[in-house]
Amino acid sequence: MSTTFVRLHPRNKTLGWIEDRLPWLSFLSAHTAGYYAPKNFNFWYYFGSLALVVLVNQILTGIFLTMFYKPNALEAFASVEYIMRDVDWGWLIRYMHSTGASLFFVVIYLHMFRGLMYGSYKKPRELVWIIGMLIFLALMAEAFMGYVLPWGNMSFWGAKVIISLFGAVPWIGDALVQWIMGDYLPADATLNRFFALHVIALPLVLLLLIVLHIAALHEVGSNNPDGVEIKDKKKPDGTPLDGIAFHPYYTVKDLFGTGFFLLLAAFIIFYAPTFGGWFLEHDNFIPANNLATPEHIKPVWYFTPFYAMLRMIPAKLPGVIVMFLGIVVLFFVPWLDKGIVKSVRYRGLGYKIMLGLFAISFVMLGAVGAGVTAEKIPEWFGPDANVTTIENAFGRFWLIVYFAFFAFLFAYTRFFKEKTKPVPERVTTHA
Amino acid sequence: MREIANVTFSNAARSVLRAVAFVAVAALGANGTVYAAEGEGMEPANVRVDNPASLQRGARLFFNYCSGCHGLQYMRYSRIAEDLKLDEKEVQASLIFTGAKIGDKATNQMPQKLATAWFGKAPPDLSLEARAKGSDWIYHYLKSFYLDPSRPVGWNNTVFPNASMPNALWELQGLQVAVKKPAEQGHESGIEKLEIRTPGRLNADQYDEAVRDIAAFLTYVGEPAALKRTSTGVWVLLYLAFFTFIAYLLKLEYWKDVH
Amino acid sequence: MASDAVVDKGRRRFLTATTAVVGGAGVVAAVIPFIKTWEPSAAAKSAGAPIEADIGKIEAGQKVTFEWRGMPVFVVNRTQAQLDALPKVDPLLKDPKSENSDQQPSYAQNEFRSIKPQWLVVTGLCTHLGCVPDFFPDLKPEPFDPEWKGGFYCPCHKSRYDMSGRVYDGVPAPANLSVPPYKFLDDTRLMIGVNPEGAA
Repeated sequence: MSTTFVRLHPRNKTLGWIEDRLPWLSFLSAHTAGYYAPKNFNFWYYFGSLALVVLVNQILTGIFLTMFYKPNALEAFASVEYIMRDVDWGWLIRYMHSTGASLFFVVIYLHMFRGLMYGSYKKPRELVWIIGMLIFLALMAEAFMGYVLPWGNMSFWGAKVIISLFGAVPWIGDALVQWIMGDYLPADATLNRFFALHVIALPLVLLLLIVLHIAALHEVGSNNPDGVEIKDKKKPDGTPLDGIAFHPYYTVKDLFGTGFFLLLAAFIIFYAPTFGGWFLEHDNFIPANNLATPEHIKPVWYFTPFYAMLRMIPAKLPGVIVMFLGIVVLFFVPWLDKGIVKSVRYRGLGYKIMLGLFAISFVMLGAVGAGVTAEKIPEWFGPDANVTTIENAFGRFWLIVYFAFFAFLFAYTRFFKEKTKPVPERVTTHA
Repeated sequence: MREIANVTFSNAARSVLRAVAFVAVAALGANGTVYAAEGEGMEPANVRVDNPASLQRGARLFFNYCSGCHGLQYMRYSRIAEDLKLDEKEVQASLIFTGAKIGDKATNQMPQKLATAWFGKAPPDLSLEARAKGSDWIYHYLKSFYLDPSRPVGWNNTVFPNASMPNALWELQGLQVAVKKPAEQGHESGIEKLEIRTPGRLNADQYDEAVRDIAAFLTYVGEPAALKRTSTGVWVLLYLAFFTFIAYLLKLEYWKDVH
Repeated sequence: MASDAVVDKGRRRFLTATTAVVGGAGVVAAVIPFIKTWEPSAAAKSAGAPIEADIGKIEAGQKVTFEWRGMPVFVVNRTQAQLDALPKVDPLLKDPKSENSDQQPSYAQNEFRSIKPQWLVVTGLCTHLGCVPDFFPDLKPEPFDPEWKGGFYCPCHKSRYDMSGRVYDGVPAPANLSVPPYKFLDDTRLMIGVNPEGAA
């Protein structure tokens, strides 16, 4: 156990009375002041606490939005405009929620990349990684349903396209799609149930998973940029030689990180809330119209890499499977990677190159999914260029690179001798 | 600041972030053109919502020339009065033609079925037009009508081909026609340019300003809270910069313990 | 590894306190917009705007009920007999001079509790628990009062008010019927919900 539980005895009598019956202060203390984390956390280690900050924002602003939003197909769109115009400060609550949704994915993608970079998924942290992947799945579902709620034209068509993917399931596909929608097309029934799932069901699931994620982490202790196990070397008092108490050192550091993050978030909320159409899409300012598809239909930016995977495969069911695989394969990383060295800092050159290519492939696939390539190709290759051919070639190349990373990981760590650098005994810091 | 950057960013992080930043910037630029793509890479109209005089002129033009067909179903007259610094009595007298009360929303009373029968497509509500299409699009659209006898309403538009809308501002702009390119073999000739055949009440510059005012008013209507948003933002950013600085000092002090 | 150098506890306390105060101020400022969202929205304010009441057709002795902000507003065209009876019931009332300033604007703090004696404008909600009182305009004995001089009787808990809406002694209601802000647009029209220019 990486947390030392010490029974506190508050001087205040009331607090002491409560503590004797429910040791909440002792529990909190054990998981903050009693939790020793490596002292060499860097920039990449801010994103866990920032994810919590964004979560709190989404819940608070979400609760207040629910006070004014009307979850039926006739009133939903107008109720969002009611929030933006008639409710005092409603526009701010709305922008905080929409910006928070996008920032959630920025933070989570960086958080996940940290895990890959430093081997934080390796033994004994496989379960932390698995629970994290489950959080990612729940978060994608939560975000998807949230985006449907304003019932704009992109909300409707996004819902239609994504739900129709379930039609690819053999035999039960069509019945499944109709069951999800509760109608023959995304309609009031769909909107109302997505509201229930988005507002209470999935948030409860997310909260539970996050608690388990942190509990699992505290059981095995945090990894660090050098991949060195700090528990291997202890001081006479039993605390790790290269560890520092989470409180006050990381609480104070994360407070600074939070301030800086909020500064960036505030800039977006107050000066670029639509973020050029990436965070709040132009087509969603048009009410849902089941007879007119938006000209440039695409999911919100954070789904675009997976959307590209779907589009690059010419058939429906294989496309859905490949897209799904793109997420599922991440669950298996702890077992694909048999390397002993955790951190990218000390791993072979091959690994470093493939990890970099993997990151780039994610971004490039995102560009394809967002329609950026479709737009740039005529600009770069002339108006007569065959956009589909070029885009398919580009997208399929990066799709292969994406999956190649995992295949590489499997082969590289089993059959080829990964030339690792010697891992230091103690963590390295900049000082 | 560079010390902080060097200290907190590892080499791997820097190169990844550089790649991401590059794509983000390219994509932001790309999306900007997608937004205006409805009109093929338009020149910016330089619409400003922080100029009350422009908004007032735009409001007057809108309610006189557009509100007969187009509603602003989410916009209250009282809010227009407040934000455009107009007296409520003034707004009641010069902008409200429907018998609505000052606190009501500027809905259009044209029955949908009849409107569709008359125009082929009911004139849409314009509350969010500027958010969906952009102020530049509105500006160029209003300048791009030309006479076209082949259309039921007698007008066509280069920005929105075959629109069901006549040029509601023709009295101001004058009568504009399309000058076709010399016809090529086997192809229908495209439009080379638009020019005013019969002048209207306003000259070209005056009409441009009028259209800019309408676009500005509609941009305001799309997001009435915009000015409040940017003015509040200044204080929020200042505060957060200050807080982050204080928090940084606190962090440095405690981290003296760590070697 | 903890520093061996001396920890400047004073500086730490100062910086921690400063951060806490600055951060706390930010939290308070951030909470304010959330609380403000609960204020009546522009939609509620629009629906709660002053209403125009046409009183031209109200006959002598008749009461008409208008609605403002969801509340019934009684407008009564009082007869001379009803007005003359008002001073007679003064000794029987809790607040004959309308000294409770919460219940009416200053221009209604008189015997008639109105701008023009003829016209009574009161909110039709009993000040006890909010029921709508019944109108008993005739100056004749009633089961609840053999000396009845006209006014309002609340069926819920038997509170009584005179023809100026003033509450009787010995009933549960604590205060006179409230007079809403109102003004005359002309002889046949009231505006309920707004005070006359320069008044109250």
